[in-house]
Amino acid sequence: MSTRELMKGNIAMAEAAIRAGVEAYYGYPITPQSELLEHMSKRLPELGRVFLQAESEVAAINMAYGAACTGARVMTSTSGPGFSLMAEGLSYIAGTEVPLVVVDVMRGGPGLGNIAPSQGDYRQVAHGAGHGDFFPIVLAPSSIQEAVDLVTLAFDLAQKYRSIVIVIADGTIGQMMEPVALPDYRPLPTTRPEWAVTGEPGRPRRRLTSLYLHAEDEEVVNLRLVRRWRQVEANEVRYRTYYLDDAEFVVVGFGMAGRVALSAVRHAREQGLKVGLFRPITLRPFPTRALRELAPQAKAMLVVEMNSGQMLDDVLAAVQGRTPVRFYGRMGGMVPFPDEVLEQIHLLTQQPPTPDEDPRALWLEHMARVVEPHAA
Amino acid sequence: MTTSVSAPPRKPLKVVYRPPRTYLTPTHYCPGCTHGIAHRMVSEVLEEMGLAERTIGISPVGCAVLAYQYFDLDGVEAAHGRAPAMATGIKRVLPDRVVFTYQGDGDMASIGMGEIVHAAARGERITVIFINNAIYGMTGGQMAPTTLPGQVTTTSPRGRDIHAQGYPIRMAELLAGLDGVAYSVRHSLHDPTHIRKAKKAIRLAFEAQVRDLGFSMVELLSTCPTNWGMTPFEAMQWVKENMTQVFPLGEYKVHPELKKLRV
Repeated sequence: MSTRELMKGNIAMAEAAIRAGVEAYYGYPITPQSELLEHMSKRLPELGRVFLQAESEVAAINMAYGAACTGARVMTSTSGPGFSLMAEGLSYIAGTEVPLVVVDVMRGGPGLGNIAPSQGDYRQVAHGAGHGDFFPIVLAPSSIQEAVDLVTLAFDLAQKYRSIVIVIADGTIGQMMEPVALPDYRPLPTTRPEWAVTGEPGRPRRRLTSLYLHAEDEEVVNLRLVRRWRQVEANEVRYRTYYLDDAEFVVVGFGMAGRVALSAVRHAREQGLKVGLFRPITLRPFPTRALRELAPQAKAMLVVEMNSGQMLDDVLAAVQGRTPVRFYGRMGGMVPFPDEVLEQIHLLTQQPPTPDEDPRALWLEHMARVVEPHAA
Repeated sequence: MTTSVSAPPRKPLKVVYRPPRTYLTPTHYCPGCTHGIAHRMVSEVLEEMGLAERTIGISPVGCAVLAYQYFDLDGVEAAHGRAPAMATGIKRVLPDRVVFTYQGDGDMASIGMGEIVHAAARGERITVIFINNAIYGMTGGQMAPTTLPGQVTTTSPRGRDIHAQGYPIRMAELLAGLDGVAYSVRHSLHDPTHIRKAKKAIRLAFEAQVRDLGFSMVELLSTCPTNWGMTPFEAMQWVKENMTQVFPLGEYKVHPELKKLRV
């Protein structure tokens, strides 16, 4: 481990990929992740590796698809609008069963939105990255160090499972600066996988495709993807818990929302409230079992996100009504602060939700009082 | 009463032509379709140049979606229009391999227009075989960017109306205007004379790649008897009489080093 240096998140994630052995990066400028692209343009040619700024995210994902078919370690990065453009390519990559690492630095939306931070791509990334049945692994860091660790892990998981691994960070993580310990350089691979299309003489010819015209053949592929996903679910769930041992109330949040919630939870503990935090790190596979086992212990749960309640649906499905769940969210690029989450924790402990309370009901009343009167 | 008569002894046949070993037949293409001719010539050129073992071919979405089954070459399948981007991704990580795309007019000039123009502008060392038959074949005969004015298709049932549906696009000329392009030409497959010239063009296109001169594209005027509603012979005539008027045959950009080659 090297000494720690102060780094911007986008640049730290790029460096992490470089040290993990990324061989080719194809991307396109989009705020708030362009620094990642720029850093790659500087560093990859220095190291004799491949960098290309594509003409669009559509081109970038297809360049990445081509390189992935050769067995190279490939990466791309983007934000929400660019991820939407990549959906077609991601589906093809998954259908061809080749590995890829994608970083999505999320901004306000939908549509053009803005360049402020959000978690608005959760549903798209975790449940709808493209057409058809496929299962990307999704990792959500809440600090720059964690982003570095997860980008490194992403390359391992992508190769291990011949899968797409998406690291989703909200714009704060891309833009802010924190002390980071970068990992050592890993050597680049010297051989290619046995499935790789490399134009290598002296062996039978290989083909890679996502086309299976006979439905019987396609179903076999679909089943293979399902079975592979079940292995991932069995082996790769990751989450962190804080102050849960005696917790009566549990806050659930990922990424920056989870980190803000942690500050609020710590304040609440200082005030004598028995609150804890559950922070999913793999959004896919979602830590369903851990949450389901935790639920009976809690009088209520509070889900905090920077969207309209996308992970909320996965929490509700995990919890299966064993404990009531309330939601609090900021959207459109607004970042929640610890004091407002603490206020929601107070409300949760003082006025716990009834079992049939709509999780969003109090949140929307709150927003009507506090946020909407300020609208232009 | 019949008597059996044995055949007279035959002289051994002299083999004057063998199909290229990397062209795997039979294919699924329609009678009178010129894909077979184009495939065969690509295979012949790669074998004559000794490149087949080092080549990666990228198949399009279109009638040639299964082209990777007809070439005994390493191959991948691209999304519709994205082959030049896929080729770029591959060539950048494997620069000493020969990389080519094989694309139709819908794939390359419609949905893939962005990808082809930028790959050409970057001067990617890839070779593009462009099959222009003025129609969408695989999906049943819809209008293409290269459909002729007045041509009837399933989405121009009263004939292509230039006021509502615009003009056809001349890709060989369009790409020739880009500095990164070493070779951009248009030939035709409507008779043996033109087929022979087309093969020389395919050869020069691959020479442009292996000599590191730039991007190369060969546009081949092709038939689609099924969707044009013609016999194979009528379709060849239609290419000769109608398509060459809108898409003039010619060598729109030829790198000086290629001009010196005799193929």
